[in-house]
Amino acid sequence: MTMNAPTPELIIEAGRHRGRYWRDLWRYRELFYFLAWRDILVRYKQTVIGMAWALIRPFLTMVVFTIVFGNLAKLPSNGVPYPILVFSAMLPWQFFASSLSESGNSLLGNANLISKVYFPRLIVPASAVIVCFVDFMISGIILLGLMAWYDFMPTWRILTLPLFILIAFAAAIGAGLWLAALNVKYRDFRYVVPFIIQFGLYISPVGFSSSIVPEQWRLLYSINPMVGVIDGFRWAILGGQAAIYWPGFLLSLGLVVALLFSGINYFRAYERSFADVI
Amino acid sequence: MSDVVVSVENLRKCYRLGRKQHGRYQSLRENLVEGTKSIGRSVLNTVGRRATPQEQEMEFWALNGISFEIKQGERIGVIGRNGAGKSTLLKVLSRITEPTDGRIRIRGRVASLLEVGTGFHPELTGRENIFLNGAVLGMMRSEIQRKFDEIVAFAEVDKFLDTPVKRYSSGMYVRLAFAVAAHLEPEILVVDEVLAVGDAQFQNKCLGKMKDVASSGRTVLFVSHNMAAIRQLCDVSLLLDQGTLSFRGTAEEGVARYLRVTEAGGGYRGKVNVHGIELLDAYLEDVKTGDQLAAVMFNSDYQLKLRFRAHEPMTQVGVVVRIYDAIGTLVSSICTPEEDIPPFLLKDDTELYFNLPRLQLMPGQYRVSIFVYRANDPVEYMAAEDILSFDVHPSILGDAMWAYRADHGIVRIANGGAVRALKAHSTAIAR
Repeated sequence: MTMNAPTPELIIEAGRHRGRYWRDLWRYRELFYFLAWRDILVRYKQTVIGMAWALIRPFLTMVVFTIVFGNLAKLPSNGVPYPILVFSAMLPWQFFASSLSESGNSLLGNANLISKVYFPRLIVPASAVIVCFVDFMISGIILLGLMAWYDFMPTWRILTLPLFILIAFAAAIGAGLWLAALNVKYRDFRYVVPFIIQFGLYISPVGFSSSIVPEQWRLLYSINPMVGVIDGFRWAILGGQAAIYWPGFLLSLGLVVALLFSGINYFRAYERSFADVI
Repeated sequence: MSDVVVSVENLRKCYRLGRKQHGRYQSLRENLVEGTKSIGRSVLNTVGRRATPQEQEMEFWALNGISFEIKQGERIGVIGRNGAGKSTLLKVLSRITEPTDGRIRIRGRVASLLEVGTGFHPELTGRENIFLNGAVLGMMRSEIQRKFDEIVAFAEVDKFLDTPVKRYSSGMYVRLAFAVAAHLEPEILVVDEVLAVGDAQFQNKCLGKMKDVASSGRTVLFVSHNMAAIRQLCDVSLLLDQGTLSFRGTAEEGVARYLRVTEAGGGYRGKVNVHGIELLDAYLEDVKTGDQLAAVMFNSDYQLKLRFRAHEPMTQVGVVVRIYDAIGTLVSSICTPEEDIPPFLLKDDTELYFNLPRLQLMPGQYRVSIFVYRANDPVEYMAAEDILSFDVHPSILGDAMWAYRADHGIVRIANGGAVRALKAHSTAIAR
């Protein structure tokens, strides 16, 4: 942006600045980058274990799930080493769960910024999701480690993984926007979030393969959008051993898209009054 | 016509005050309870009581039909009492909040500085915070990089650039924060009371920087309670009163009007009723005669009496009284705990008084603001700014040939003294 360019006239009115919104979002992309950078920096400066924290948490959860579901409950893994089965679902689930809680709290955590400076508020929960994505990438290292350990060779399908990451992203941002706005509006909503996450862990196929769900229930089961995301991850990572249940996957996908757009709309509608309420 | 950079037409902004005034946000639990209640009420139609007026939402018009234009290069001082709508005006202009009604047209890039150090993170180093804060204020990374050395030099923190700012002294922190803000180069700069920070030397530096910004042809909108700064910095003033624009003219005259409004006749003006607390009266009383006074004598004994009415009992109350001189310098604060008044119960009508023995304020005009707090609660339960004003008249002290006047300063800190001859040592020097 050059200083001398003639600036177009800005009009401030009730219910206005719709048209400029996406352009503003682009203009403030550096703030987006800086906020994510700040949160990552602070996160790894404050914790003693630092980066290792992003590895230890999912790793230990994976160990527990493997023992409980694989060794004790003896659930089927379709020939895939159980740790890899669990971890390929753990990755998107952790990303989704931490995105929910981080972006849910992000507006309140940045209340000071919101009441003192203008910028498209969408930046705040979105940058919180980015921070979780960094953790996601880091814990991806564990998956590589597991694959090497078990001598597990992925097929060509691994190349489609970015597509499923994108879907996970959409789900995380969509749900995160809903929670962020609801948290500002209803201050006691934050007590609901940990419950959603805890509950979601058990109704999503993280510790087991979704193939153990009886055929007639699978479509219903796919109403949980994370079912589609996790199945997609398994399909891409585990290769031939994992089958995908397409009607369910498409239903999940549709719900993710609905979640994303309704989240953006709800957030945008309520965004204008954040500074007055927060 | 074309040099008008900001035009504001009939701007209005309404805030809804919550029914119970616990705070501005709602709670889901309350909503659910209220919802169930109203269903119950409509079912048991006859038994249900109607909502009392207190339960209904209150509307508060922070801005109520303001129109003005600002031309390129004007330096505008926005003045008015607390609650007059100054901060809301700045917030609407800087797009933090939306107007309820009316329209603003702005031509040019606006940067607003409503607080120094917005977005600073204590764990990050000075260097990191410069970039972060710059981005928050709307600077591009390349722009910050270009001005980085200048910012560091201005803030005088070059030795501590890689130290987390949590280890900075408060002075260094503020200097760094202001330095970033001072290097913004917008066409229109909106500034709220940020000069009230840092030590006197740094305040002067900031004021100088603000003058530079203004004299380089940029448009500046500046809010302050410091009349001296307004007079020094601005050429035009906007005087706001209860959400309306009551005066637009030269800074000199605006300041004069503001002082006249806040000082007319002295004594207590207006009621303030927020959070169910009403300030019924505030005055200075002569200890000897019991008279209520608008003007007092230097070095005599007075009591400051405050009368409150609480519509709902409030426990653990503390009161802070701030006394300002005519141009807005804080002279002294009186706080209940410090004056041996423990947090008390404010119920029905309550009188509170402070002893002001041998009043040592130099002759001049003073203004009083009163705030009500509760122990361990950051909320301001009542803020009555400039609620009372009084004159201090000179009186002759001791055997002096003339009285202390306003030009002797703000306070007298000495309390008598004596001369005595020194013995051996003084003679030794004399020799």
